Amino acid sequence: MSEEDKKPLQSSLRVQELIYGLRISEVMTSKVFAVSKNCTMRDVREIMRNNEISGVPVVDSKRVVGIVTMNDLMNALEEGALDDSVITWMTSEVQTLAEDMPLSFGISAFGKFSFRQFPVVNKSNELTGILTFRNINHALIRELSRQLRHMERQSENPPEADSLRFTKVYQLARYDFENGGTASSEIKKFLKSRGVPPKLVRRVAVASYELEINLVAHSIGGMLSFDINEERVKISSHDRGPGIADTAQAMTEGFSTANEWIRSQGFGAGMGLPNVKRVSDEFAIESAVGMGTMVQAVIYLKQEKEHESQ
Amino acid sequence: MKVSDLESMEQFTCLQPKYSDVEITAGYTSDLLSDVMGNAEENSVLITIQAHKNTVAVSSLAGVAAIIICSRRPCPDDMLAAAAAEGLAVFRTAENQFETSARIARLLGM
Repeated sequence: MSEEDKKPLQSSLRVQELIYGLRISEVMTSKVFAVSKNCTMRDVREIMRNNEISGVPVVDSKRVVGIVTMNDLMNALEEGALDDSVITWMTSEVQTLAEDMPLSFGISAFGKFSFRQFPVVNKSNELTGILTFRNINHALIRELSRQLRHMERQSENPPEADSLRFTKVYQLARYDFENGGTASSEIKKFLKSRGVPPKLVRRVAVASYELEINLVAHSIGGMLSFDINEERVKISSHDRGPGIADTAQAMTEGFSTANEWIRSQGFGAGMGLPNVKRVSDEFAIESAVGMGTMVQAVIYLKQEKEHESQ
Repeated sequence: MKVSDLESMEQFTCLQPKYSDVEITAGYTSDLLSDVMGNAEENSVLITIQAHKNTVAVSSLAGVAAIIICSRRPCPDDMLAAAAAEGLAVFRTAENQFETSARIARLLGM
């Protein structure tokens, strides 16, 4: 069996999906040591030494204006300039992450940039934390043990044969239109076999198929996961890029970045994401260029009233 | 009108005869699969020139009862194999989408 033929284990995909599903705010260190513009490199040295950290953000009324790394400190030391202001020596082109981004974006950022830590900011652009590799490793271990406990519980009490409980993660590769649709078709059959009303099955199928095709047509690859219980179907799509520059535009019916080849496959009409939103009871999209896109769609299985699109 | 009623008409050549013979209650004409996915009614007949395996996948998910490929477009084998696996009828016609839509509309008493 060659490497490409090896299908990843469902459990390993689950763990990956769990990690992707975490927000940066749930993983980052919230107790951040930051310095103001008036501080000196000597202050930074003290902070680094006492707290065993390798990067200190510089803030101006809570906004991040730069970061002093171990490298910057060494440069200042060499020049005997420890009493200089941090402004002179800091790295001012600092890449920040938003705290409500999925952790997958943070992981992409470590791949894309050579920084060893990323200051994390809230919606008002104020510093709220810092993300390091160490945080990610911790989150990984935490999620792995959580998943392990979950699997142990499941093997003790397997779900009943006709239960509506189901979780599965599918991996999708770029331009693999051959397999785009497999996940949706499996989920549709599952819901049908459990007696879910056809109208609801169809809504799930629409959301899932559009997300599947989006991954195949527009992303460099990603995963689609399903988490189903008696109450609802939750579909999450995570990809590794390229990311959407303007999500509001991507949500506009008729807007598409599809090329001719994608169009020749019958796709690229600019209806994908709007279709997903229309059939969903809850819908969320998060994207950052170079880091990826996350879409989450929830469809309630116990409908109190008819969905507006029906 | 049932799917088998289409098979008996001279304008339509049945390319995939292993289908479930359900009642057709509507029609939808489109070559854009997202449009079909989002808007085609359950148990409708899809009128299209998009002869592709993905058309079968979308039709099956959307609950389309039969596909009519217009203007004598060739249907690839993998498309027909997928349709057979889903129990979905595929017909071909020499007429274009407009003519076929008009014909189906008359049959549906519209």
